[in-house]
Amino acid sequence: MTVTQLQALIGAGKAVENHRPVPRAIVSESTWREAIGALAAERCSLLGLWATPGTVHMAVCEGSEIGVLSLDCADGHFPSVGARHPPAIRLERAIADLTGLEAAGAQDVRPWLDHGKWGVRRPLGDRIETDGPPPPYPFLTAEGAGLHQIPVGPVHAGVIEPGHFRFTANGETVVRLEERLGYAHKGIEALMAGADLERAAKLAGRVSGDSTVAYALAFARAVEAATDCDVPPRALYLRALMAELERIANHLGDIGAICNDAAFAIMLAHCAVLRERVLRFAADAFGHRLMMDRIVPGGVGTDLGAEDVTALRGLIKTIRRDFPRLVQLYDRTASLQDRTVGTGHLRPELARRFAPGGFVGRSAGRSFDARMTVAYPPYDALEFAVPTRAEGDVNARVWVRIEEVEQSLGIIEQILASLPAGDLIRDIPARGGEGLALVEGFRGEVLAWVRLSDDGTLAHCHLRDPSWFQWPLLEAVIEDNIVADFPLCNKSFNCSYSGHDL
Amino acid sequence: MAVTLDFIIQAFQMVLVLALAPLLTGLVRKLKTRLQRRQGPSIIQPYRDLIRLARKEVVLAETASWLFRATPYLVFATTWVAAALVPTFATGLIFSWSADLIAIIAFLATARFFLALAGMDVGTSFGGIGSSREVMIASLAEPAMIMIVFTLALVAGSTQLSIVAEVFATSGVGLRVSLGLALLALIMVAIAENGRIPIDNPATHLELTMVHEAMVLEYSGRHLALIELAASLKLLLYISLIGCLFLPWRLAPAGAGIEAMAIALGIYLVKLAVGGTLLALFETVIAKMRVFRVPDFLGAGLMLGLLATLLLFVTRSL
Repeated sequence: MTVTQLQALIGAGKAVENHRPVPRAIVSESTWREAIGALAAERCSLLGLWATPGTVHMAVCEGSEIGVLSLDCADGHFPSVGARHPPAIRLERAIADLTGLEAAGAQDVRPWLDHGKWGVRRPLGDRIETDGPPPPYPFLTAEGAGLHQIPVGPVHAGVIEPGHFRFTANGETVVRLEERLGYAHKGIEALMAGADLERAAKLAGRVSGDSTVAYALAFARAVEAATDCDVPPRALYLRALMAELERIANHLGDIGAICNDAAFAIMLAHCAVLRERVLRFAADAFGHRLMMDRIVPGGVGTDLGAEDVTALRGLIKTIRRDFPRLVQLYDRTASLQDRTVGTGHLRPELARRFAPGGFVGRSAGRSFDARMTVAYPPYDALEFAVPTRAEGDVNARVWVRIEEVEQSLGIIEQILASLPAGDLIRDIPARGGEGLALVEGFRGEVLAWVRLSDDGTLAHCHLRDPSWFQWPLLEAVIEDNIVADFPLCNKSFNCSYSGHDL
Repeated sequence: MAVTLDFIIQAFQMVLVLALAPLLTGLVRKLKTRLQRRQGPSIIQPYRDLIRLARKEVVLAETASWLFRATPYLVFATTWVAAALVPTFATGLIFSWSADLIAIIAFLATARFFLALAGMDVGTSFGGIGSSREVMIASLAEPAMIMIVFTLALVAGSTQLSIVAEVFATSGVGLRVSLGLALLALIMVAIAENGRIPIDNPATHLELTMVHEAMVLEYSGRHLALIELAASLKLLLYISLIGCLFLPWRLAPAGAGIEAMAIALGIYLVKLAVGGTLLALFETVIAKMRVFRVPDFLGAGLMLGLLATLLLFVTRSL
């Protein structure tokens, strides 16, 4: 058997015990640079880059293999990943803002999450008190005759999350878009440190409200990996059921909202009705519309009764009846197709380099899906396909969503057919360890990494939203499109602000 | 005595368009929401909105000049006059001699000119985007409108609306290809001029896609109320215009009795309701087009208008 690049990199370092289920190794600076080379050559893709005090960690994926490389930064510096592999740039800026560890050789050293309004710098590092007005933020420049800037946000006219977009336009054509995020920073990592599991699970479920199931699941799986704890089979299936319901609800909402941005409000109205049915079922069956706090480390905190199963079968029947008609309406409305086809085209080479998850990657030929690639239970026992498209435009992102809804309905039917009986939850033993989990949310894969202290409380928890690798691509796809098409592109990406800002 | 009565009828028409305009907007909104299976606000919501806005404080940008403050009044006044000149239920009113199609276009163009200036006055980027898009649309919609006027004038022998309507209603002009083309062109121009889907979306919250709404983004309080009312009046104007030119039947002629007037008024209300319903239906089944597709749309309107005029030069019978 040949040794993969990732195995070689891990093998070159000192393996860390008690890191499950994937290996973690403390590597030398030269191995770290080799890893950067492998990323830049696109032999591996970056899953995450984060820091604990004095150490940076890089999660890398090659095929279905995942590993974590850690580098101790004795002098507060580490060789920049972003200098050779652009997807890491914002992660490095966030590391510098939060911990003060600096990427040596990075070209972009502007702050990212820190807007100078926290009253403290490097809150996870040496905590320097600050006061006074925040320093000005230099935006990237674009110069030329006839260019003008359009600042949008952070407060928007619609009820959406805060984020600033700086357009440089030549008439109607966008020359450059620069995002500025961080307005929704909540200090999740600092709040997690020292928290007990119950509180930490609640925090994880609140990182991004629309993905609360995915986050709770990722966190729970990471904790279970760290403590080597098994989950009852019934809980595994109920977790998958909730995750698929969340996916269906969000995709339905997105499909309608994308059409609404092209002023085709009737799609939104009909999709919203279906989405509402899903949410109401969740409220009836699980006691919360978004199923928040229903997944906890060790299992699930709720059960599915016999009458809920009947209601769920009815819900699936309703969606299977109504949804195809909406898909037909979308597909046959020429004026709508005129807006979505060819708009916001994501080049496949960018999709390969940034390795975005979810519909963004899958609309441009990248078929990564944590449910399939990592195949965490119960998905290893379920039949489903990962829909992919090659076009990379808004239409492709809508179609990936449409097909994923259909796949998720099939998954739920399989879950109902094979739902095992038994316990719902098992106690998490109070022991130390480290765990990593990758869970497919509706946007893409959520990465959770936890380090537990020996008393079972959290020493560190890092949650990486799929949006980290999608936001930069939004800047790329809008170039040479017209300003008025930005809302359509943005909605088809539907990146999380809160999940990204942590 | 007769002159007093004429004045009263003319004044009634002016008040009528002002009073009906928000109701028409409310009707279109209500129908659109019902078509989307939503409840929607009450049909009289636009009146409540206007009252609410009129009571609110005006927030002015520090960079706003006198032009910005004067524009709402100017826009409202010119649009109101233009809307009041279109024969709604009666022809031959006392001011009908001034109800010239070209004058009405000029009034609306004046309103647009000032609104576009006001959009740029404050210096926000959205106002500038809105003004530039509005002027781009206008530069195509106005020539198309002129072509439509030529067509009508060639058939009726006048540009005065009262006379055109009377000729069309009485002298058996009949079905004509040129008038059909002109009607189609007029509908396209009306959609563009009123900022309706697919050209603009009056209900959007997306600043980057707005045209009319982007220009008026900085307005608040009574200024905004006047601009909203002017927008409603403009919609009413175009539906009335299509009604009086292409469906001119039962318009009360000069010196008609009260009974004829009442019937004509009832028929006018039906015309408005039908126009509003068709608009709501059309807006529900179509998505908004790309900004750069708008010239294609209006170009087609212009060509239809041109074709209608040319046909009349080839033969007077088409």
